[in-house]
Amino acid sequence: MSAALRLVDVTVTYDRHPAVHHVCAEIPEGVCTAVVGPNGAGKSTLLKAMAGLVRIARGRVEIPERSQDKLAYLPQQSDVDRSFPISVLDMVLLGRWRDIGAFGAAGPADIDRAIHAMEAVGLHGFERRPLATLSAGQFQRALFARMLLQDAEIILLDEPFNAIDMRTTADLLALVRRWHEDKRTVVCVLHDLEQVRSHFPHALLLARELIAAGPAEETLTAANLLRARAMAESWDETAAICHPGEMAA
Amino acid sequence: MEFLASSLFDPFADNGFMRRALVACLALSAGSCTVGVFLILRRMSLMGDALAHALLPGAAIGFLLGGLSLPAMSVGGFVAGIATALLSGVVARFTSLREDASFAAAYLTALAAGVMIVSLKGSTVDLMHILFGSILAVDDLSLVLVAATASLTLLGMAAIYRPLVVECFNPGFLAALGVRGSVYHYAFLALAVLNMVAAFQALGTLMALGLLLLPAVAASFWTRQVVTMALVALPMAAASALIGLLVSYHSSLPSGPAIVLAASLFYIGSLLLGTRDSVRLRIAPPAHLRA
Repeated sequence: MSAALRLVDVTVTYDRHPAVHHVCAEIPEGVCTAVVGPNGAGKSTLLKAMAGLVRIARGRVEIPERSQDKLAYLPQQSDVDRSFPISVLDMVLLGRWRDIGAFGAAGPADIDRAIHAMEAVGLHGFERRPLATLSAGQFQRALFARMLLQDAEIILLDEPFNAIDMRTTADLLALVRRWHEDKRTVVCVLHDLEQVRSHFPHALLLARELIAAGPAEETLTAANLLRARAMAESWDETAAICHPGEMAA
Repeated sequence: MEFLASSLFDPFADNGFMRRALVACLALSAGSCTVGVFLILRRMSLMGDALAHALLPGAAIGFLLGGLSLPAMSVGGFVAGIATALLSGVVARFTSLREDASFAAAYLTALAAGVMIVSLKGSTVDLMHILFGSILAVDDLSLVLVAATASLTLLGMAAIYRPLVVECFNPGFLAALGVRGSVYHYAFLALAVLNMVAAFQALGTLMALGLLLLPAVAASFWTRQVVTMALVALPMAAASALIGLLVSYHSSLPSGPAIVLAASLFYIGSLLLGTRDSVRLRIAPPAHLRA
């Protein structure tokens, strides 16, 4: 199995304190990978590093040439200004950015695809609605519709089911399963271990450092989860400078 | 009736400076409404205000070198505005200081430096002209400057419209696609500075933002779509200019504050009577629908 993404000794810091610390891992291609770990474990930061949204202090993220332009990232809901006056259709159409860019017109074919994507996520008839009128669940469906339009090979989802009801979660998980069947690579930050076990064959367990990676049932063992939970959440203000050569395992 | 006509039209018919002032303000309104709308949508209203104040030291250095000459002061103001925007952006990006705080720090520095520089050479009257504007001294050259600014702004905003909208509501989206969204942010700031430079002769550096921002704020009580907001703001800005100039002419009041106050009246009127979130709707909410 080849890697869709390779993390080589990735360290991301906030204020010199590592949020993600010397993480080496491979994200297998065409598989759904869950990123699991306690709050503050650096899951979202790791995802942002994969999407190229944060500066990597050390190491690198390797993405094969062919899929570099085929990456889509779903932010946490708080990263989007939902009060902005834009219609749902316009927002979904942004998924066609790579083809229409800043100046191209969205043709009838693009609009048709957008409407189909909205139907696929259960937002039929929402085209003209302003974004601000959507509920959290509907908004998440709209973001998924945009991702459908992006037609990405690597799909990064940051806590997509937070504050989302069961029915919407089930619908969106069905989309994830469809991406899996299409042999797309999905990396998803999740808290619900049941969801991970039933939908994600592969998992990364993170507690700032990588605790374990591999098939989900081998990764999410009670012993590993205990080790992850033991991570100190607070920063050590007196921490010494990290010299990679001396890194304890 | 005749009295009304004479008080409305005669000032412009009889005086060249009033005609030039009116044309300048109308052109200014046309260009700056889109900029004002985006300043609000980007939650940058106060930062825009800080930016307008930051024009002062540049204009003051222009004044020091060239006296009360518009080209010198405009170039100086433009350079100072761009420098402030860039430096604040850079400081915010590379330190943990937030952009609003770094803007505030930059503009306080700029305002103090500007007043000092003008005081080195000029009189209090010069300082008042620069701070509060002197629209009645608009000459042909300033008209060309304002008209060019308005044209450039409309074309520029049309060119960066889509990426700017995306940058506003979902900043990470373009970055994840590998597009440098910050380019559009700075292009927008440059257009904003350009409009403030065009406005500062008429309204002064302290109130340069008045015609940009107040009509756009007022428009947000009538509609919430980007394009319609600009379209609603435009006639309000134009009307404010007309009313302000007439009041200023008939009562011998300074034109800058008169225009800005007229725009404020539109703002207060919209706040009270608008069709969205206005006081009227708060007091007597319309009946809700079935579904």
